[in-house]
Amino acid sequence: MAILQIKNLHVTVETEQGTKEILKGVDLTIRSGESHAIMGPNGSGKSTLAYTIAGHPKYTVTEGEILLDGEDVLEMSVDERARAGLFLAMQYPVEIPGVSVSNFLRTAKTAITGEAPALRTWIKDVRGAMDALKMDSTFTERNVNEGFSGGEKKRHEILQLELLKPKFAVLDETDSGLDVDALKIVSEGVNRAKEANDFGLLLITHYTRILKYIKPDFVHVFVAGKIAEQGGPELADRLEAEGYDRYVKA
Amino acid sequence: MTTSNATVPAQHGMAEHSHGAGVPIQIRSARLRSADVADFGPVSRVEEQYRYITSERLAGLDADTLDEYIGDISIKHPEGVTTAWVGSDHPAFGGAGLPEDRPSAAAWGSAEQAYLVTIPGDAKPDCEVQIGINSETTTPSALHVIIDAKPFSRGTVILDHKGSAVLGENVEIIVGDEAEITVISIQDWDTEAVHNSAQFAKLGRNSKLRHMVVSLGGKTLRVSTSAEFTATGGDVELLGMYFADAGQYIENRLYVDHAVPNCKSRVTYKGALQGDKAHTVWVGDVLIRMAAEGTDTYELNRNLLLTDGARADSVPNLEIETGKIEGAGHASASGRFDDEQLFYLQARGINEREARGLVVRGFLNEIIQKIGNEEIESRLSASIEAELERSGS
Repeated sequence: MAILQIKNLHVTVETEQGTKEILKGVDLTIRSGESHAIMGPNGSGKSTLAYTIAGHPKYTVTEGEILLDGEDVLEMSVDERARAGLFLAMQYPVEIPGVSVSNFLRTAKTAITGEAPALRTWIKDVRGAMDALKMDSTFTERNVNEGFSGGEKKRHEILQLELLKPKFAVLDETDSGLDVDALKIVSEGVNRAKEANDFGLLLITHYTRILKYIKPDFVHVFVAGKIAEQGGPELADRLEAEGYDRYVKA
Repeated sequence: MTTSNATVPAQHGMAEHSHGAGVPIQIRSARLRSADVADFGPVSRVEEQYRYITSERLAGLDADTLDEYIGDISIKHPEGVTTAWVGSDHPAFGGAGLPEDRPSAAAWGSAEQAYLVTIPGDAKPDCEVQIGINSETTTPSALHVIIDAKPFSRGTVILDHKGSAVLGENVEIIVGDEAEITVISIQDWDTEAVHNSAQFAKLGRNSKLRHMVVSLGGKTLRVSTSAEFTATGGDVELLGMYFADAGQYIENRLYVDHAVPNCKSRVTYKGALQGDKAHTVWVGDVLIRMAAEGTDTYELNRNLLLTDGARADSVPNLEIETGKIEGAGHASASGRFDDEQLFYLQARGINEREARGLVVRGFLNEIIQKIGNEEIESRLSASIEAELERSGS
């Protein structure tokens, strides 16, 4: 059983107008096997939370802490965090020209586990995960995210989630830009990976529609850099009906 | 980091630049061409050819006379290909071009003989000629190589430069009618080497040349490549790849002369730079003359700066005298290592050093993969590994 604790997290970012505080005291605890949905309007700081957990250099933590099984995550470099078991499925994955998906996946797997995967089982694992995500087998020959459609990028992120087997997965608006069919395939991939590896899930989304496929145990409403309300799945239903207006106006 | 870009259509690529003495305004085709070193003034920044290089950098290669090259030349070739040392009275000597700057002219006049490699018309695509230039001398020396690809011939010629040298070199590439030839020039010298190489290609009717310049090791590497079409249907692809370390200077000058109709040219050069005072220069001149209707040309240069303190100059010049063309374009960009790429790879557990390696390899791979020769591809990949290793990035 692993535990990820976020305590009183304050985060700033440098803008042209000067330093701006985006996160204003976030408290959140996630355990293995739990699914947490973070929902909120645009600009509330949801993605900032995701990128801060992963360690993006753009964000500065001014107060608070993030602990993974008691270890100080903020002291770790980006790659150390990944090797410690944190995974971020990105909303806008970048292109890496000239680096094939197969090379990238193998390099990442080797880095995470500390040794090169046995070739035969690895190829089988990759194929199996790709088939399940309805990805063409030629996909691995393409360069990472280069010329990928929105749906292909998201599938590629979830493919990594399945193969890298993290302790905690943060999905940053994985549902955006997906049509209904693709949303279903991607969601099933997340559920399959979660069943297999029992990771803790932090699902960041603007809309409720992905929650039809990925059932959260907890829903947190994120407004103006803080968690404004939390509850069970029923909170998502209420947001579906009422929207974020009452939080934003308050 | 410094990048400079000429405006388009640039008449000569100098208009935006001011010099105290004033750069003489000149269209590309009007530049002096001569085999006589006395026709060229000293290496000085007021001349476009030497805008970035200094006489000091050339380490004597801009003198009036050089020694004749006495280093080792090894050759491997299949049956049918012939080699010979020929004098300047041989018809192939000067068959592909004439010097356009002082170092090239100095080497031209100082090499009394040229090493002539003839690829016969019945040579098949797997015909591979390897010329190893393995020097140990540090006296400024001159070498002249002529590759004469006869009409209808097919094949690949690899010029492999190694060792230590201060070498002024002229390479002539005569591509006969309907011939399809690949020429690869690899500069993988010891760190103190200085090499100025002028490579001239002349293309016959419906001929095809793929030319590639790979610059890795050496203190100063300056390669000027020119391609001239003499008849319709010619197709030239000029590829280049370079990796400059701290203190290293790598200059590539390209000139494609579209003088006749319906020819095609593609120029693609990519370079990586790292370390203090790593400096690369890329100047790509394309001239489409009045008669060259139906021309299709595109040139591209990309530079990846891995560290602070490196400098990449990139200057594309397109000079167009007719509007009746298929297409003409260029792209030039020099950018820092993309931190978002680094973040993405690190977020997958890959450490910074390895992530940089992946990105650089990926960046240069586009060129390497075009060689179509596994042995060379893997050797170049290994050289890039060594470059990355050396810098500890």
